Amino acid sequence: MLYAVLCYNDESVTSAWSKEEDDRVMRDLTAVQRKYVETGKLGPVARLLPTTAATTLRHKVGETIVIDGPFAETKEQLLGFYLIDCASLDEALDFARELSTANPSSGSYEIRPLALFKPGELPS
Amino acid sequence: MTDTAWIDLALISARPQVMGALLRYFRNLDQAEEAFQEACLRALKTWPKNGPPRDAAAWLIFVGRNSGIDKVRRQARETALPPEELLSDLEDHEGELAERLDGSHYRDDILRLLFVCSNPVLPATQQIALALRIVSGLSVRQIARAFLVSEAAMEQRITRAKARVSAAGIAFETPDAADRAERLAAVAAMIYLVFNEGYSAMNGPEGVSADLCDEAIRLSRLLLRLFPAEPEIMGLTALLLLQHSRARARFDADGSIVLLEDQDRRLWNRQMIAEALAMIEKAMRHRRPGPYQIQAAIAALHARAEQPELTDWEEIDLLYQALERLQPSPVVTLNRAVAVSKREGPEAALALVEQLGDRLSGYFYYHGLRGALLKQLERGREARAAFDRAIALATNAAEAAYIRKELDHLAGETEPTHAEERP
Repeated sequence: MLYAVLCYNDESVTSAWSKEEDDRVMRDLTAVQRKYVETGKLGPVARLLPTTAATTLRHKVGETIVIDGPFAETKEQLLGFYLIDCASLDEALDFARELSTANPSSGSYEIRPLALFKPGELPS
Repeated sequence: MTDTAWIDLALISARPQVMGALLRYFRNLDQAEEAFQEACLRALKTWPKNGPPRDAAAWLIFVGRNSGIDKVRRQARETALPPEELLSDLEDHEGELAERLDGSHYRDDILRLLFVCSNPVLPATQQIALALRIVSGLSVRQIARAFLVSEAAMEQRITRAKARVSAAGIAFETPDAADRAERLAAVAAMIYLVFNEGYSAMNGPEGVSADLCDEAIRLSRLLLRLFPAEPEIMGLTALLLLQHSRARARFDADGSIVLLEDQDRRLWNRQMIAEALAMIEKAMRHRRPGPYQIQAAIAALHARAEQPELTDWEEIDLLYQALERLQPSPVVTLNRAVAVSKREGPEAALALVEQLGDRLSGYFYYHGLRGALLKQLERGREARAAFDRAIALATNAAEAAYIRKELDHLAGETEPTHAEERP
């Protein structure tokens, strides 16, 4: 079974970390990741840029709107995610727009650039 | 992390919101600060035992407000502070609490708090000091160190700033759209001042003043979280990130300035650059350009060029021209002259620079750039005179060291002709 492990924390706290603190946390996390990479079990690892870098595409029947900032509703749940390599935010928004058209129900796509990416060791 | 480090972090990150709410209740900076201190003391006492509350800010606002009210009551010889047991129950009611505390105000609370520190009645140095003390919660000692003044002098500066702010009056009514835009602009300018204080005082990658740059970025991100659709705040955040991304490359081992084109670009912080570029893209979608966005776009063109030779000087020149139209200033023109020198050569750039003489004659970079252009044109004696003026106007050791290198270099080059130049 493949599991996604999603990380939540208070951004105002993590962004108050000094560079040394941030480096230390990343180093300790990397040590844990390495252990699982070595067993071939760990897939992609990503750290996202702060929510201030996010753009959200909201799709309701017949219309989509683009909002600055992260997805902020509490009535909807996280159901999946994509990683896509785009030359620009507009290209990423086009991708999200296509997805929203293909998906008949209303929903939202938060587009957040990555700060860090490690592809991991999972077989395809 | 030590036992209480997580509490310190929680207190630091909750501070703007809590101080903003307490200022709204007490309508007085000193009272709000005292109440916040009191709430922090309580947190340090009860959180290690009970664990962190679910909403630290709501907890602190509640406790701070009560302690403040209680102080007034105590002065009127009434009831004592509520017992600790009662306080430790708080966590269970936080959801409700936050409602009752009217969380919807928090955006304007924080903006008000920031605006108090950005009040145009305050000179720049007082704005910076007040913001670092009130919003960021740096100690007077830390701020004094960053400004290279004594603690007593800094204490006095902050006290004076507070007196000025209260004399000017703090606006407590909810701002309308025009007021809010005006406040945002003032706050953005103050954040940039904080950043520049750190940026220009930085005399090495590990300097105290790097903290001021980090702090300014934190404030800018905070502002952007409150006003996520403001392109100029995106521009400001991007600009600060891009300038700070070069921190490790800006000085050489001797502490002398390294010019942008001579910097080791591998030392630039790629993560900050990535965040800034994402922010600029978001801002551009709004098609409402402003000075911060344009300056960020210029910085981004440098960040994108992996080698100095790959810099898009034409685009930079055009962006500076746009900035000149939007916010005319001789300093902007001086910056444009660098782009002109790359596009059209030192002669054209010098012609542009010479026009600025009467307005920038007291400005270090004016003489520095003039000297560099004259040097390129092989007008050694005039270049030396310009560098001499620059070194006299240097505001820190790094600037002086850079010019001294230029002078040494010039001395080496022009030695043979030196005798001829003498009358």
